[in-house]
Amino acid sequence: MPKAPVKVKELAAQVRVSSFNEVVCGYSQAEALVEASRCIQCKNPNCISGCPVNINIKKFIYQITQQEYAGAYFTIRETNNFPSICGRVCPAEYQCRKACVFNKSKSSYSSPEAINIHFLERFIGDYGLEHNLDVPQKDNLSKDKAAVVGSGPAGLCCAGELARNGVKVTVFEGLHSCGGVLRYGIPSFRLPREILDAEINYLSKLGVEFKTNLVVGKSVSLDELLRQGFNKIFLGLGAGVPSFLVIKGENLCNVYSANEFLVRVNLMSAYKFPEYQTPVNIGKNVLVVGGGNTAIDAARCALRLQKIQGIKPSVKIVYRRTEVEMPARRLEIQHAQEEGIEFKFLVQPKEFMADERGFVRQLTCLKCQLGDADDSGRRRSLVIENSDFNLPCDLAIIAIGLKANQVLTSSTKELKTDKYKDIIVDPQNMETSIKNVFAGGDIVGGEGTVIEAMGMAKKATAGMR
Amino acid sequence: MKIIAKQIIADHLGVRITSLCVAAPQISQKALAGQFVVVMASEKGERIPLTIVQADPQEKTITLIFQEVGLTTKALGALNAGDHLYSLVGPLGQATPIKDYGKVVLIGGGVGIAEIYPVAKSLKQAGNHLTIIIGARHKELLILEDALKNIADKLYVVTDDGSAGEKGFTTSVLENLLSEGKYDLVYAVGPIPMMHKVSAITQASHTKTIVSLNALMVDATGLCGCCRVTVAGEVKFSCVDGPEFDADQVDWEELSKRNTMYLDKEKHICKIKI
Repeated sequence: MPKAPVKVKELAAQVRVSSFNEVVCGYSQAEALVEASRCIQCKNPNCISGCPVNINIKKFIYQITQQEYAGAYFTIRETNNFPSICGRVCPAEYQCRKACVFNKSKSSYSSPEAINIHFLERFIGDYGLEHNLDVPQKDNLSKDKAAVVGSGPAGLCCAGELARNGVKVTVFEGLHSCGGVLRYGIPSFRLPREILDAEINYLSKLGVEFKTNLVVGKSVSLDELLRQGFNKIFLGLGAGVPSFLVIKGENLCNVYSANEFLVRVNLMSAYKFPEYQTPVNIGKNVLVVGGGNTAIDAARCALRLQKIQGIKPSVKIVYRRTEVEMPARRLEIQHAQEEGIEFKFLVQPKEFMADERGFVRQLTCLKCQLGDADDSGRRRSLVIENSDFNLPCDLAIIAIGLKANQVLTSSTKELKTDKYKDIIVDPQNMETSIKNVFAGGDIVGGEGTVIEAMGMAKKATAGMR
Repeated sequence: MKIIAKQIIADHLGVRITSLCVAAPQISQKALAGQFVVVMASEKGERIPLTIVQADPQEKTITLIFQEVGLTTKALGALNAGDHLYSLVGPLGQATPIKDYGKVVLIGGGVGIAEIYPVAKSLKQAGNHLTIIIGARHKELLILEDALKNIADKLYVVTDDGSAGEKGFTTSVLENLLSEGKYDLVYAVGPIPMMHKVSAITQASHTKTIVSLNALMVDATGLCGCCRVTVAGEVKFSCVDGPEFDADQVDWEELSKRNTMYLDKEKHICKIKI
């Protein structure tokens, strides 16, 4: 009879919505031991291939049961440079946990019985950070000088892999602060800034140099980087450009892209306005359009802003399919529900209406129903004609997806892109149409998860060494 | 990012326009007319876009000119030579399409005068005949008059109160010019109502008109969409697609409304001491 999964401690919903403090507290040593002991050490484990970077999950969990925490840390670090980040943001229920033998679910995500691999990974990652465990690094053997463009998950991962293998790496970041989507997109209540800073600092310790405020394609061209002696270049440009609904009233005041709202709140700390000087507006009736992690992050940030400013919380997520089809992590959906965020399923926005000053006051919607499965396996949403209804809305956040950032690709003609303006690579080694220039992450193949980006970066690194 | 020199170039009844010369080794080599940088005065500050008024590749500096209106521009104005900006990134945005158009009118209103200066210089070098109209509320707020006089084939100066040049508005001068002769390009930077009016005037005579928009921005690299404007019925991002657009295609009403989005917050933050 398998033991029940160990529940992770969390801040109570009514407490956590008043701050941006981390929601999930993580396992204690005792809890980690019990959870690890649930693993039956399958002879042929599926979890490892369920992980985009193939962490030796079986081994590190065994090491936890033996209380060899440092050993477990090194096991993870062999294939993943950022256990404290991935343990927090990986959609494990769609990946390693889905492949776990204890998973009873047939849907796209695992049932709760699957081993909480991500919480164990986080426990070990944090153990390593707390104990300042340094990973052995090869001497500076390589004559290569690598440039990594973009400091998001793909770029950081690539930089870490190269540095550990003795390559001199410089990371170029356009913003004033590193981390890409980990910093501007994912809120601190999911990924505390100290953790992100610590993981980036770990790369600095490996000798990685970071150059912020440099937009490659504007401040410096790809060609110039090659001429400056960077003989291997990795492009982790991300999918940074927000998509819009293309409906009437979408440019009214207080209609935000999720990116803008999150950049203001997370990167610029607008929730601490006026101590931090970037403003962000908040409303009494906030609507968030979309069903992914970005939508949930934006909704939870909005709810916290309402709380902090003494507004009675009212945030609704409007999604054209149902909960089952939502691409968001299950834990985030659950957290959002606990915090009082309302979900309006099978609803498609039609038009934003303005007040006399040009601020949004209402969203007209259409009702939908589910149709057959589409190419992605999810059931389509079909609009029901003449089903118009109105929702009050004085602040809207559009979180319906992201497209490729073209600042670099549009200024680098030799760099081949597809119809989505994503960079075309050789799937074997992630090399682009330009020799010695590699790419990975969301700029290749569109929006994915943090760990998928890291998986691509690792593959590229193999080709770059 | 070190401030090499600072100069208060206009100061009248609490309105102050400041010029900062900043060390920017890379930006100064790359900057083209019409492009801008994003600056942060301090770690807790906002990111704001400012036009690159001058770039000196030899001295490795750029010059930024701004009116101290909001908290961030006031914070920038409080910095002195020797201080450092917290963040400086650029050159961003598309450069002005410079070629020999023929006869060009450039119009600068208020601090917009600083923004037409680099474009005027480049257009002059490309062989254009330049008629430049600059306007301000009062003579003390007129900037770069001498510099522009040097490159203009004809310079018109107007002030709201008649304290310098003609009393009146830049747009009236433009109207007269267009009624008397034909011009190949009009280039205008200033307050939204001025640019909107310019657009209306030049549309009547079918004169190609470029404006540089002052939409609000955050990252200014195409990430956030804060600066989106409707141009020819399509949504464009001022930061990466602009900041310059054909004036007759811009949805001016939408732009002016969007630029009011944080007025309440700005009032609030300017009242308190930080």
